[in-house]
Amino acid sequence: MSEYSDFSDRISRKVFLRRAAVSGSVLTVPGLLAACGGSSPSAGGTTEAHTLAKTLHFSNWTLYIDKKGNQHPSLNQFQQKYGVHVDYTEDINDNASFFSKIEPDLARGQSTGRDLIVMTDNSRYPSLLVNKGWVEKLDKSAIPNIKNLIPQQRHPNWDPNRDYSLPWQSGFTGIGWNTKLTEPVTSMGELLGSKKLRGKVGLLTEFSDTLALVMAYNGDDPSHITDKTFNKAIAVIQRAVHAGQIRQFYGNDYASALANGDLTATMAWSGDIVQLQADNSHLHWQMPDTGGDIWTDNMLIPKGGNVYTASVYMNWVYTPRIAAEIEDYVNYVCPVLGAKEVLVKKDPAIANNVLIFPTKQMLDNAHTIDPTALNNEKYQTTWQNLISA
Amino acid sequence: MGFLHQRRGLAPYLLLAPGMLWLAAFFLVPLGFLVYQSLQSGNIDFGYAFTWAWGNYWSAIKGYRGEFERSFEYAGLATVIALVVSYPVAYWIAFRGGRWKNLLLLFIVAPFFVTYLIRTLAWETILSDHGFVVRLLTDIHLVSPGGRVLATGTAVVAGITYNFLPFMALPLYVSLEQIDQSLVEAAGDLYASKWIAFLRVTFPLSLPGVVAGTLLTFIPAAGDFINAQLLGSPTSHMIGNVINSKFNELIDYPAAAAMSFILMAIILGMVLLYARAVGTEKLTG
Repeated sequence: MSEYSDFSDRISRKVFLRRAAVSGSVLTVPGLLAACGGSSPSAGGTTEAHTLAKTLHFSNWTLYIDKKGNQHPSLNQFQQKYGVHVDYTEDINDNASFFSKIEPDLARGQSTGRDLIVMTDNSRYPSLLVNKGWVEKLDKSAIPNIKNLIPQQRHPNWDPNRDYSLPWQSGFTGIGWNTKLTEPVTSMGELLGSKKLRGKVGLLTEFSDTLALVMAYNGDDPSHITDKTFNKAIAVIQRAVHAGQIRQFYGNDYASALANGDLTATMAWSGDIVQLQADNSHLHWQMPDTGGDIWTDNMLIPKGGNVYTASVYMNWVYTPRIAAEIEDYVNYVCPVLGAKEVLVKKDPAIANNVLIFPTKQMLDNAHTIDPTALNNEKYQTTWQNLISA
Repeated sequence: MGFLHQRRGLAPYLLLAPGMLWLAAFFLVPLGFLVYQSLQSGNIDFGYAFTWAWGNYWSAIKGYRGEFERSFEYAGLATVIALVVSYPVAYWIAFRGGRWKNLLLLFIVAPFFVTYLIRTLAWETILSDHGFVVRLLTDIHLVSPGGRVLATGTAVVAGITYNFLPFMALPLYVSLEQIDQSLVEAAGDLYASKWIAFLRVTFPLSLPGVVAGTLLTFIPAAGDFINAQLLGSPTSHMIGNVINSKFNELIDYPAAAAMSFILMAIILGMVLLYARAVGTEKLTG
């Protein structure tokens, strides 16, 4: 497979998602009945048996797995090896609407009809799912390849021992800028205050992305948020909004605004910039000097899913050769050790891209957000009022 | 005899039944559920319970008065602009369109063949800071150098106007098209100038279209959030954006339900006042 032939299908996943998410929220009335179902802790159908199911129902984000024509080679190989057909559905457009899709079933203690889902840890939902007991424990005896998980990802604070989750892909949040319009913008101070950028700066609607970068800039720790540090960060952002520095809070659509020059500099996701650079060599991305943010999409087994089959699949994904195959298409940050070495021979441009296989220094400079803050209603309300009111 | 008579008495109700059932299943029941949910308290972690939480309504009004006001301001502006723009167009098509009428009407409806979202996204490109529209407006000093159109309240109002224009133009066309030209000629025979004939004959006869058009534009525009989200800035958000974020991001169903209900109640109140002011018969033509 040539890396050029399919590059055009790789519209930025985030751009695509944003569009889909907006249309989705117009057309669906998610979770309207959610509040009706009482919460019962016992979800049915927990199978401890070490037999493989005939079919693995896997829900993932769009454009997030290797693809050749209509086929997903890594899934076909899985079927050949284990005889399990993967029913692969790209029905996750954003965390919130996907959660409201599965919440009614989970709240009623029913199976969602899915064995594997992928949700982002900078949203409140993975920790919410764990706290509510709505996800199954992994069968680690079936996942010896868990040893290939990169060390920085082994102990996230919302699932300290990776009992419930394994990373699918990660991404960094940092600053992206257009070199045709500005000198490098490498600090949050410039982004939020430089007069030259006034009205041409984008921030992200994602609570965790924007908060993490601003807190790091304030010298506070984003992974342990207190009322004081939270309020300080909100005040800094509010000041920039009122000064007219901020053009808009963006979801995934900042990418097109950056590409066409409406934004000079913006908070941006690394994966998007890798893809945009293919068409626009003026775009640059860097972690701010005070540190960036890393988010991770996690594989989770919703209650009622087939634990053993899903675990066997996770083990398969954590085989370096398979991880490399997926990575070569997806281009986000790979969590699997050894995948880089496979790609060095096959596709060196990908293997040597630090936005896909980051340096240790980058990983150490990337903060993760405090999961308790994500579920703090007061913080969330304050944040939503700031960005949507 | 008696049976037939009875049957005849029943017929209207039987004919009404499908519509009533539809209304009950897809409007009254969800509406009741909306009210029920708006009076709940709690949160997503511990579940919501019905507690007659009237506080949801007060905090919605107190906390988001600005967004409510802005919604009605933007929707009102968009409605007025849409009326001013579509009236001459509808008038021209109705009276001067001749055999091109259907084609011209198709032009008005044509944008509807593209989805709402895509049409709005297209305006992001059209109004882009480096696009020709902004360049032109800068050249004629309507936009200050380095200024912008996108990410302003103006862009939001323009987007709403554009998106809902056909809802205004089509009812206007229908009511204008039905006007008997001999009445206008009669006005002329009675020494009315063209302008007076328009003011005293044509315009009053087109009022049902004006009323229908303004309602069809204003009501959905007041609850819109796509235009503000895509074309606005953090200081030009409407109540629809707040409801969307309460519902989808905060999963605060009671607050979202209370706001939706308030929005609906205010719109209903305004429609009733409007109907009373112009006369109810205008609503039905």
